[in-house]
Amino acid sequence: MAYVAVSGGEEAIEESIKLLKYYRSGTNKDVSLEAIEKKLSLLVDKVMSEAGLYSPMYAALALKQCEGSTEEAVFLLRAYRSTLKRSCYTNVVNTEDMRIVRRISAAFKDIPGGQILGATYDYTHRLMNFNIGNEKSRRLYKKMKEKISRQRETEVKKFGRVSDLLKNEGLIDKYEEDNSKPDDVTENLLEFPASRSAKLQTLSRADTGYISGLAYSVLRGFGQVHPTVGELRTGYVEIEVPYSDDSDESIYIGEILITEAESLNQSEDKDQLKLSSGYGAVFGRNENKAIAMSVLDYELEKGGDYPPDDEEFVLMHGDSIEMNGFISHLKLPHYVTFQSKLDAVRKTRNENQEQENNNEDQAQ
Amino acid sequence: MKIKRNEEYNYGFLDEGSKKEIRRSTLKAVAIPGYQVPFGSRELPIGRGWGTGGIQLTLSLIGPSDVLKVIDQGSDESVNAVNIKKFVKLCTGIKTTTDTHKATIIQSRHRIPEIPLKNDQILVLQVPIPEPLRIVEPKEEVTKKMHAEKDYAPIWLQLYESIIKYGKVTISTEYPCTVEDRYIMNPSPIPKFDNPKLNMSECLYLFGAGREKKIYAIPPYTRVESLAFDDVPFEKENFKGKKCCLCGSCDTYLDEIFNSETGERYYQCSDTSYCREVRSR
Repeated sequence: MAYVAVSGGEEAIEESIKLLKYYRSGTNKDVSLEAIEKKLSLLVDKVMSEAGLYSPMYAALALKQCEGSTEEAVFLLRAYRSTLKRSCYTNVVNTEDMRIVRRISAAFKDIPGGQILGATYDYTHRLMNFNIGNEKSRRLYKKMKEKISRQRETEVKKFGRVSDLLKNEGLIDKYEEDNSKPDDVTENLLEFPASRSAKLQTLSRADTGYISGLAYSVLRGFGQVHPTVGELRTGYVEIEVPYSDDSDESIYIGEILITEAESLNQSEDKDQLKLSSGYGAVFGRNENKAIAMSVLDYELEKGGDYPPDDEEFVLMHGDSIEMNGFISHLKLPHYVTFQSKLDAVRKTRNENQEQENNNEDQAQ
Repeated sequence: MKIKRNEEYNYGFLDEGSKKEIRRSTLKAVAIPGYQVPFGSRELPIGRGWGTGGIQLTLSLIGPSDVLKVIDQGSDESVNAVNIKKFVKLCTGIKTTTDTHKATIIQSRHRIPEIPLKNDQILVLQVPIPEPLRIVEPKEEVTKKMHAEKDYAPIWLQLYESIIKYGKVTISTEYPCTVEDRYIMNPSPIPKFDNPKLNMSECLYLFGAGREKKIYAIPPYTRVESLAFDDVPFEKENFKGKKCCLCGSCDTYLDEIFNSETGERYYQCSDTSYCREVRSR
């Protein structure tokens, strides 16, 4: 009778943690935080995005601490965030001022400001490069640095939005700017119907796989079919906080790398057609998540009968911490509840048995 | 286990603002028995679904003079109970106990202790799904309205259908109850065996659902009735003819245990602290 809820829990946990430490130690080679942050930056970006905490250094630390598990790293960052005082909200960022490193449109060949392919794996052949197995980091890094230093610096341009062109043409509805204070889903329960700010915030923090899967279902037919990526841009935006409550001045506190996507869809407008857009913005270089988010944003605005049109369905089940926490809790002992279930099942069976016996008696 | 408080974190892990916010929601919950008060649930270093609602309540309430007891499935030594105790100790340096009498705050999952609790004790229950109407309606937007309008017909219908089909109500744990003739409440996945303990109790019951971001309460001396019909009364789990193999009690909730060698089946008190107490009498 070893595995009963009796005792030994304390020692078992201690030993389990020791074993984890052993697994984490892995080899005598070290991987520095800097290396994780800079060389696994897409993983770091994904973790920051799902954690809703922008700190490449802490994300790297979290990843190192948990053998590279995304959900565990997200978990660590979220829990750490709970301990921090929330001092202020940043000013609204206008992404037209983004220092762009990549910008493409699948809607138009030529867009004002031009397309900038930037860094993308899209056009690489996914062939294993066996040379990486023994590349010399120091030499590679130096070579790249030298290449970069030979580049000419250009002025940072401001890029208007592709959707603005269509708005000016009247093909997309224009809306008044909504400058009401956004809801904060980290401080309040998400209530339904959810405000757009709460929706976007929830989607932006959602698990990448979850929203990609949902957006995929939309494309396959459980929703509006095949939107066009009007614009996808990645770049740095400056973050400022108000100097004090009663002053218009603000303080620059740093910049963050984000990816923003706008997808365009055909929709009905009385007896004619128009275009509608969906919006996505996420931390880091995280393009598919941004696009998936824009697909779902539109889908939720539109509404309908498919699961991805249902805001409670979409918004309540994509948080990494919540989904993984609840799924993993199934591993906890459920002796008491299972006993009660057994009791309920046995009772109905006993009674049915008695009933049958009675019937047989009567038949004889 | 000796654990020193980790001074790198605030007392009770959460920042003071968050703790205050949770206490405010708790007060509201006490003022409206059985009503689910939404709150800005914080992420903890323990998994959501592993008792984070209960832990946030405990952390917001606990002070240096408190004595904490944590049980999981009735057991003080169960892995999750140990883990939660360890965490609370780490960020408060508080004293813990396994003795139900000595505890000022008891955090529990799936059980209410066998001995009646007193009015200087608080029982904090961990809740996975706070919404009693979730079994009949998946949408929060709808269930919220149902509570507001006291529209509880669908859940009564569910009970009725179960009686028609199986001859009895087949809900096992999380058996819904009515609080002070107003709100229908989910008592958390305690067995039906524990439901009557909620009624006119001396102690304060607090329910915390971290993942679902809800707090609710049953203050002392509140009427709590498990749903039942006049002609089909409420029925607890049945342990007739069975008794604990350790202490011999036949009036407690029992865990069923199989002996892996003989295949024999025997029973043991789920409340380990109570079982120990009976044996030491």
